[in-house]
Amino acid sequence: MCLAIPAKVIEIHGVMGKVEIEGNVREVGLRLVPEARIGDYVLVHAGFAAEIVDPREAAATLEIIRGAYQAPGEAAEDLEEEVSGA
Amino acid sequence: MTEDLSEDLSQKLRQLRDAGLAPPVLDSIKRRMRKLERPVNLMEVCGTHTVAISRAGLRQILPPGLRLLSGPGCPVCVTDQQDIDTVIELAKEPGMVLTTFGDMMRVPGSDSALQSEKAAGRDIRVVYSPLDALKVARDLPDRTVMFYAVGFETTVPMVAATLEMAEKQGLSNFWVFSVHKTIPAALEALIHMEGARIDGFILPGHVSTIIGANAYKPVLQGKVPAMVTGFEPLDILRAVDLLLAQLVEGRAEVEIEYTRAVTEEGNPTAQQLMAEFFEPSDPRWRGLGIIPGSGLMLRERHFRHDACRRYDLAAVRSRLPAPNKLMAACSCGEVLKGALLPGDCKLFGRACTPAQPVGPCMVSSEGACAAYYMYERHRQQGG
Ligand code: SF4
Repeated sequence: MCLAIPAKVIEIHGVMGKVEIEGNVREVGLRLVPEARIGDYVLVHAGFAAEIVDPREAAATLEIIRGAYQAPGEAAEDLEEEVSGA
Repeated sequence: MTEDLSEDLSQKLRQLRDAGLAPPVLDSIKRRMRKLERPVNLMEVCGTHTVAISRAGLRQILPPGLRLLSGPGCPVCVTDQQDIDTVIELAKEPGMVLTTFGDMMRVPGSDSALQSEKAAGRDIRVVYSPLDALKVARDLPDRTVMFYAVGFETTVPMVAATLEMAEKQGLSNFWVFSVHKTIPAALEALIHMEGARIDGFILPGHVSTIIGANAYKPVLQGKVPAMVTGFEPLDILRAVDLLLAQLVEGRAEVEIEYTRAVTEEGNPTAQQLMAEFFEPSDPRWRGLGIIPGSGLMLRERHFRHDACRRYDLAAVRSRLPAPNKLMAACSCGEVLKGALLPGDCKLFGRACTPAQPVGPCMVSSEGACAAYYMYERHRQQGG
């Protein structure tokens, strides 16, 4: 029931708006993400945008995976610090 | 957020799908498993993870001794048989237009299914969003339009937002039948259940965007390692690696791997809306029994939209069919607890297939049995 692929906000009209996802345009409710702006990427579920996806965090995840797992033979023990909520 | 950053996101997500990044993460997983020197059971509680794991074949590349179990993460699959039968019965009420997500149509009732009722002429409509159900109510003011609200915290705020619109628009013919359930309460029940040994939880990404990582802490912190995880295969591998790291270090914390969408606090707007319309209830889960405080029913002040008050449910239930023999042999409940893998069910792939499902775990595209049938039937466990 959930879509894991982020959709891009292309229009906003009050609590409704339009998003584009892999070339398809869909009308979605924006009631749950009042701070969304055109150009933001959102996760869409059951006709509503549920959350804004943060591109900086996506980049950070990628950097961690690329960086910390690079050196072969070394356990990626430093990774834990990069995860929040510890 | 600027255009550049957003363009950057699609690129980053594409790169996260780069298969070349997986081997070093897998190596780290193997090293940690060698350090642990014991079998490890990790459980995911999200249908989208179930499908992602099966589709990517992750179970087959993980080292022996490391098992990924599917927990009660598919909302269709955890819906109790009595609720399923009750809604099938309600579909027969005069004037009723039943609206539902598509997955519920084929879920077997004890002697019928919504799909067969529709074929028999009942007005049952598949919707993609509760907003579509609201539109039906607006278009058909003389009918009773009921939305079959199945889902976890990912779906509840959407239903609440739709109820808010119904109230603003003064629509008195829009009703919600809530079998909503909440994940943290189910996790708590699972860790206290006899026989289930769960060494770590791969926590759902979408539920967590709404409730935030903090919502799990009262239940899991200090007890079982847990990782809020995204949906790319690499996200899942990394979460597995980080959970093993916690086990190696003897920690049991709630952490976030899926930082691009999930925060500690979650989505406050969604939480407020949920709390405005719903309050905790004590529902029965398939396989897990009654879990106090793990459901959400409409608050009394919104009773005008509560289908459970519109109909005399005790009377409806007294008319329900007797349990069906074949369905009694379905092991969905055991699968949901992680006590059995789908392939261990005697009916799997024989009496029960996606074309002819016996239990909801084979119906829902997110169900563990359906995912195994689709992607793992012919694969070997362990690599
Ligand atoms: S294979 Fe079918 S009968 Fe067996 S547990 Fe899964 S859904 Fe139930």
